[in-house]
Amino acid sequence: MSSRVMALWEWFDSRMPSVAEEWRKHAAEYYAPKNFNFWYYFGVLSMLVLVIQIVSGIFLTMNYKPDAALAFGSVEYIMRDVPGGWIIRYIHSTGGSAFFVVVYLHMFRSLLYGSHREPRELVWIFGVLIYLTLMGEAFLGYLLPWGQMSYWGAQVIVNLFSTVPFIGPDLALWIRGDYVVSDVTLNRFFALHVIALPLVLLGLVVAHILALHDVGSNNPDGIEIKKNKDAHGRPVDGIPFHPYYTVKDTAGAVVFLAIFCIVLFFMPEMGGYFLENNNFIPADSLKTPEHIAPLWYFTPYYSILRAVPPLFDSQFPGVLAMGVAVMVFFFLPWLDRSPVKSIRYRGPYWKGALAVFIFVFLMLGYLGLEPTTVWGQLGFDAFFLDTKDRATWVARACTVLYFAFFILMPWYTARDKVRPVPDRVTM
Amino acid sequence: MSDKQKVDKTRRTLVVATSMLGGAASVGAAVPFVGSMLPSERAKAAGAPVEVDILAIAPGELRVFEWRGKPVWVIRRTAQMLESIVKSDPQLTDPGSAVPQQPDYATNQYRSRKPDVMVVEGVCTHLGCSPQLKPADAKAEMGADWLGGFYCACHGSKFDFAGRVYKGSPAPTNLVVPPYAFLSDTTILIGDDKKGA
Repeated sequence: MSSRVMALWEWFDSRMPSVAEEWRKHAAEYYAPKNFNFWYYFGVLSMLVLVIQIVSGIFLTMNYKPDAALAFGSVEYIMRDVPGGWIIRYIHSTGGSAFFVVVYLHMFRSLLYGSHREPRELVWIFGVLIYLTLMGEAFLGYLLPWGQMSYWGAQVIVNLFSTVPFIGPDLALWIRGDYVVSDVTLNRFFALHVIALPLVLLGLVVAHILALHDVGSNNPDGIEIKKNKDAHGRPVDGIPFHPYYTVKDTAGAVVFLAIFCIVLFFMPEMGGYFLENNNFIPADSLKTPEHIAPLWYFTPYYSILRAVPPLFDSQFPGVLAMGVAVMVFFFLPWLDRSPVKSIRYRGPYWKGALAVFIFVFLMLGYLGLEPTTVWGQLGFDAFFLDTKDRATWVARACTVLYFAFFILMPWYTARDKVRPVPDRVTM
Repeated sequence: MSDKQKVDKTRRTLVVATSMLGGAASVGAAVPFVGSMLPSERAKAAGAPVEVDILAIAPGELRVFEWRGKPVWVIRRTAQMLESIVKSDPQLTDPGSAVPQQPDYATNQYRSRKPDVMVVEGVCTHLGCSPQLKPADAKAEMGADWLGGFYCACHGSKFDFAGRVYKGSPAPTNLVVPPYAFLSDTTILIGDDKKGA
C-alpha cells in the first residue's frame, strides 16, 4: 500500500477506531474451529442469498405495480419488455427457493453436530426467528405476481388465522383489510414484503451473528475449542476467520453461484417447483385451480395441516398442529438431553430417530405436493375410517412420527449409548 | 448497593411516572396504525345483491356468480342429484344442518328454498378454496362409492349436492347458503332475502 493510502487510513482510524476494532473482533481475530467441513458453508451462503434477494428485489420494485388491476401485467412487462427484466425476476424467484435450500441444510447441520446445544441456545433461537421471518417473507412475496396460486395461497393462509377461536374471523379481516383477498391485501403485502420484514430479517441476522461470535462456533466434533487455549489465550484448535474461512467460503460461494446460474439459465421454473404453472394465469377470485399446493418449502407443514381431522366442529386443531410443528424447533436445545453434541459420538437411538425424522419430513414434503387421492383408496372398510384416501393415512402416520421425534427426545437422548468425546478436534 | 441510600425518591417517582405516560402514549400512537389496516369505508360499501336468470342454466350445470367477491354456485339439480342427497345422509358430518350455515328457510333436507334449485357459496369452510363439481360418474377419481358432489382440491374436503360436508373432510361444517329470494319463478336475487318471497 502506498504511503498516501496508509496516511489516509491512519487519519480515518484515529477518528473512528471502532471499524478496525470490529473487523478484528469478527474476522481477523475471530477464532473458528479448524475442522469445519462441507456443512459449514450454508451459513455464509444464506447471507449471500439474502444480498441477492435484496438487490434483485430493489430492481424489481422499479417496475412492479402493487395494484390488483396492474400487478399481473407489470410482472409480464418486466419479463418481456424491461431490458434484462426477465433475468432479474428469475434471480429473485430462484433466490427464494435457494434461500430455503441453504437454510434447511444450515438447520440440518445443527441437528448433526448439536450446534443448538448449550451455550448456543440464543444463536439457535435467533436462527428459528430468521426461519419464521423468511417463511413470512416468502408467503407475502408470493402474492405479488397476482397469479392464481398467489391468490389462492393467500386465501388459504389468511384463513388459517380465521380458525383461531373467538378472535379468528376479525383477525383475518384485519390482515386482509377486506372481506376477501383483494387489492387492499395486495397493497399491504407489498409494503410488508419490501420494507417491514426485510428490516426485521436484517436485524435478526445481526443478532444471530453477534450471539454466535460471543460464544464461538461449534464444530463437527461438538467440542468447545475455548476450553483449550495457548499462551496467547487463543484456542489451539482455532484459526482466524479471516483469511482462512473467508477464502474457503469464497470457493464455496463460487460453486454455489455456478449451480445457481445453471438453474437460473436452464430451469428457472424448476418444472413448476420454483414457480408454479398455475401462477402464469391471472388471479380469479371465483375459481380455485384444479390442483393447488404451496411451494415445496412449505409442503411438510401443509401435509400436517391436511392430515389432522377436524375436532369439536373446528378446523383449528389442524392449524394448531401445523403451527406447533414449526414452533417446536424453538425448544430443541432443551429437548435434547444427550451428554454429547455431535452425531459422531451419539448412539443408535439418536441416529435412528434422526433417520426417521428425515424420512418423515421428506415424505410429508412429497405428499404436500400431491392431491390426497394420489395413492388411491384403501381396499377395506372399518368404523374408524373417516377417509379411505391412502395418502391421508400415510400423512397421519408421518405427522405422529414427526411429533414423536421431538416429544420423546428427552427420553431417548438421555438413554442413548454415547461414545467418549476426544479432547481435541479431529480433521 | 450503597447507591440505594442516595436515590432521590422524588426524582425516581418522576422518572417512573414519565415512563408510564410515555408507554401509554406509545400504545395510543399505535391505535391509528393498527386501525388503518381494518376494511376501509369503500370496502364496506361494496356488495350489492346479484340477480340471476335460472332459465339460462341447463339442468345439472354449475354456474358461478360473484357476490361480495365470493363465488356463489347455482345449480338446477336433476332428479339423480336429488336422489344422491338422500343417499349420502349416513356419510355426513351434519346431515340435518344443525349448524346454522344457512338461513332458516334453507334449513331443510335440500338446504334450499326449492329442492331443484341449489344456491350455495362456493367457498370451502376449511380454508376458503373453491371446490370443484365432481359428478357421480367421476368414480375413477373419487372412489367407487362416490355419489356425486363437490371436491376441494386444496385439502381434500368432500361435499354432497346440498353442500353438506362428508365425514373425514378437514372442513368442519357444511357450505354456507347465502341469503337469497325468488323474484319470480325463473329469477333469483342473491344477497338479499327481504324483497319478494
